[in-house]
Amino acid sequence: MESRYARQTILKDFGEAGQAKLTKAKVLVVGLGGLGLPVLQYLNAMGVGTLGLMDQDVVELHNLQRQILYAEHDLGKQKLDVVFQKLNEQNSSTTLIMHDSFLTKENALDTIRDYDVVVDATDNFPTRYLINDACVILDKPFVYGALHGFEGHVSVFNHLDGPTYRCLYPNMPSPDEMPNCNENGVLGVVPGIIGTLQALEVVKILTGIGEVLSGKLLLFNGLNQHISKIGFKPNSENKNIKKLQEFYEPLDCEVISTVSAETFQTIRESESKITLIDVRTEEEFEGHHLEEALHLPLNQINQYAPTKGDMAIYVICQSGKRSEIAVKHLQEAHPNLTFYSILGGMNKMLAICP
Amino acid sequence: MTILLFGITKDIVGSSTLSVPTSSATGRKVPKTVKELKQFLGETYPELNKLSSLAVAVNNNYAEDGELINSYDEIALIPPVSGG
Repeated sequence: MESRYARQTILKDFGEAGQAKLTKAKVLVVGLGGLGLPVLQYLNAMGVGTLGLMDQDVVELHNLQRQILYAEHDLGKQKLDVVFQKLNEQNSSTTLIMHDSFLTKENALDTIRDYDVVVDATDNFPTRYLINDACVILDKPFVYGALHGFEGHVSVFNHLDGPTYRCLYPNMPSPDEMPNCNENGVLGVVPGIIGTLQALEVVKILTGIGEVLSGKLLLFNGLNQHISKIGFKPNSENKNIKKLQEFYEPLDCEVISTVSAETFQTIRESESKITLIDVRTEEEFEGHHLEEALHLPLNQINQYAPTKGDMAIYVICQSGKRSEIAVKHLQEAHPNLTFYSILGGMNKMLAICP
Repeated sequence: MTILLFGITKDIVGSSTLSVPTSSATGRKVPKTVKELKQFLGETYPELNKLSSLAVAVNNNYAEDGELINSYDEIALIPPVSGG
């Protein structure tokens, strides 16, 4: 009987032995977005025995230009459910483990412990540093991919004696020094390229073929197809992490007033006048906003001037991250007023609004 | 001395490469180390000073602040990027 993996087992350096290693392997993919999906589709097709899926987002319209596993009829569904179904159809012999959560410092060690390799397919610095620290503590390699516009970065961190993410970038950037994906675009095809390179690194780690991209940062420039590799060395201090940090979200240490989307909706329905500031970009605001919202993008938040009579001011963004940053700044600048960040942002409001 | 720019440094400078004069006709101190180069660039582009983790590569290898640089070196500024 012809094996479905014949085209790779026929490769002399991979062979049945390589396939057997994939079958036995357990890989966790954190983030079911532009990077995580191609990683999963290839690892699942190639016969990695156990795949862990971790995300709590729903499929949104602006995901579709780069997250090509999702179809229009998936809009509004949990990414986890959609990916589970599609991967199961693609290869029914894979054991798929669903983690219906984001990675947090509470669940990171227990989640990662059971896997051989972790794929960092996230879109934010706090989770990237959390993955790094948890993998160092548990002695697991992780395959890193990250994007910026037309550019992509790939590396394998904490592989055997190799360096870690902190050997390259010791300190986490503060939220206001770097844009995230919503504010800073990504050309649809670039995550596909970077995610596919990550999948290749996972296969090399698991089977021992080739040279793992450890101690090297691969930089891909999509505009000129230029690929460069930067060498870097381990710093023993960074290999010696014994426990997770108290805080990863830099805002955890500040008290930010928040309100749930459900509560905010009740307030909207009962109050005749409320003040709501939408801190998303012009494009996002133009695309859709709540009718009473005033627009003030996060990068202009220090221009906010309160209107007389305002007491409670609500702040919203897409997912609730930028509104937290905005509330922090606003609360400092206007201590006599109370600002509330709406948890889950527009994503949540759209899900609950009638 | 030509410097390749990645991630947000490219956006800050507005170009993917940057030329730094290696002899001074202007009286400005010519940078001799990675640290001096960062200071030199930070004077022209103050936004660069805000980056808390900015990796610098000299001839395709990560370089510490004290490393010496010269006009033949290929230098790259590589900040962390976070998109996914």
